[in-house]
Amino acid sequence: MVRLLLEITDLAVEVDGKEILRDIDLYIDKGETHVLLGPNGSGKSTLFMSMLGFPKYKVIRGEILFKGDDITHMTTTERVQLGLGVSFQNPPAIRGVKLKDLLNIESKKGAKPFSEELSPETIALADKLKFSDQFLERDVNLGFSGGEVKRSEILQLLAQQPDFIMFDEPDSGVDIENVELLAEEINVLLDKDKKPGLREKSGLLITHLGYILNFVGANTAHVLMDGKIACSGDPTEILEDIRKEGFKGCVQCCGIH
Amino acid sequence: MLRNTLERAEKAKKKKAALGEDIDFENFEGEEAGEHEEIESLNDLSNKNKKSLLKVGVDASEAGRAGSFLQIDQSKVCSNCKSEAIELMGLQQAIEKYDWVNDYMWNAVPVDTDKYTAKTALGEPGGYFIRSLPNTKEVFPIQACMFIGDEKVAQTAHNIIIAEENSELHIITGCSTGDDVQSAMHVGVSEFYLKKGAKITFTMVHNWAEQVEVRPRTGVILNDDTTYISNYILTSPVNTIQTYPTAYCQGENSKVVFQSILGGQKDSILDTGSRAILTGKNSSAEMITRAVSKDESKIYTRGHLAGRSPDVRGHLECMGLVLSDDSLIYSVPELEGSSTDLELSHEAAVGKIAEEEVLYLMSRGLTEEEAASMIVKGFLSMDIAGLPPELAAETKKMIDQSVQGM
Repeated sequence: MVRLLLEITDLAVEVDGKEILRDIDLYIDKGETHVLLGPNGSGKSTLFMSMLGFPKYKVIRGEILFKGDDITHMTTTERVQLGLGVSFQNPPAIRGVKLKDLLNIESKKGAKPFSEELSPETIALADKLKFSDQFLERDVNLGFSGGEVKRSEILQLLAQQPDFIMFDEPDSGVDIENVELLAEEINVLLDKDKKPGLREKSGLLITHLGYILNFVGANTAHVLMDGKIACSGDPTEILEDIRKEGFKGCVQCCGIH
Repeated sequence: MLRNTLERAEKAKKKKAALGEDIDFENFEGEEAGEHEEIESLNDLSNKNKKSLLKVGVDASEAGRAGSFLQIDQSKVCSNCKSEAIELMGLQQAIEKYDWVNDYMWNAVPVDTDKYTAKTALGEPGGYFIRSLPNTKEVFPIQACMFIGDEKVAQTAHNIIIAEENSELHIITGCSTGDDVQSAMHVGVSEFYLKKGAKITFTMVHNWAEQVEVRPRTGVILNDDTTYISNYILTSPVNTIQTYPTAYCQGENSKVVFQSILGGQKDSILDTGSRAILTGKNSSAEMITRAVSKDESKIYTRGHLAGRSPDVRGHLECMGLVLSDDSLIYSVPELEGSSTDLELSHEAAVGKIAEEEVLYLMSRGLTEEEAASMIVKGFLSMDIAGLPPELAAETKKMIDQSVQGM
């Protein structure tokens, strides 16, 4: 049987004993980009954390297959080493750990010692994202502006090169000029610069405003409501419906609720 | 030494220290001065000892150093200085050379502070004398090392450091023990005198054996427009250490900074503090401590800011990570304001490694252990301010090396 890159079947997740996600079916193949929409608190970030295997998020039903491997109960490290990647919405600041140190992690080999020099490739990537050498010496996320946090997350992914990437609101709190810059690099991460048939990388993107979709093409959109995928379909049409009628109106036409 | 001083020392011979476990001198042996032969340069040391010295930032090649001083047990083994801006010698030689040196002794640290200062005054002489000449600025540091080479040795040292008017002096000092030494005692009395416009940075790395008792006693007297910066790094096991350096900011615009990096391992007891008595107009103090406790270690970090004149400022900060259930971090900040228009503050936080931070690093591919280790090293690798660029890079290396073992 041919496996898709990511297969989530009948997933249910609880946090602190409370069921947050249920009946989640999500299939994403190589080269595809999907969008995850939904009101605040509908479970979008919870789905990401569950896919990453963060301990607070307990899978009580269903399974997650990645590259054909059952990763449902793997540690976060194992999942990442298999090729999962994420850009966080609000990553924590870590005192004394420099952005440079994170760029030096080779996800498949673990940590390199401190104060190792960056490769010229990584320095070029940083330059593209408008980070100076001095900025890379700063403690990660400590005192970063909203836009700097987002660019730093994308830069880390560019150094890491995952096969499947989750983007949690990469465009929130970013000015228009920088959204375009971020979108450009997200397109690189997702092989959008290649012909559709040659694309290997895939992504799942959470966005509130959908603004970034003007620059990053998506194949499918899913609307998450109350912990369930209430509707899936063409991103443009679904966004249009949400803009006109809100999430409730949009979901009604899917006929599930 | 003045008779009065000796009398006071005699009276304090049995005086227990205000803090820290009391040490029975009977368990240790005093050594004669001159037991170890003098050498020309640190390069003449055995490779084994060179390595021990390097671990505490003392480079036997003496590259990038203005001069070197080495005391092994109670003997002055090496003292050389390339810089014309600095005088470096054993304290005993300085007393013989200049009769005014006596006037400095026991002014910044009272001789009858406790039995440790008394022992230093009454026992075999040891320690160094460093003096930067007026209107000089030597960017390269003097390196000084107190080394314990024999088992059960009770080492004492009395150091006098004088920065003359408008001079700048940098000192790296490392304390260490030979590979075969398990148990010993070290008492180091250090008195710093900063004349108008002077600056001293003093970076100290300790790397003792597991059964060593350490009792440094430090006093700093700051005159007008002076800056004293102390950096203290201890991350290796020790039996007990108790120290509470005091800076007397007497001069106008005098400024003191104490920065400490403490890593508690095994059953070490670290009791370290810093105190600033701010009496000079517009004087200021800053104290920053990062502490990590592992195994069964106990870390007491104390700080005392006393503002006694208007327009003084002080800030005290202690951040601690407790990494094991059997270890302890006890932070004791004290603020004392006895004048108007002063500003004293403190900030302390003791806790565990944030899970959110560990998960963040794990989602970049690190294992849980690697993530925790990166966070701890980062936590301890604080940026040391106030050093010239050459020395800043060197100090960064020393810190990185010290935190690798955590």
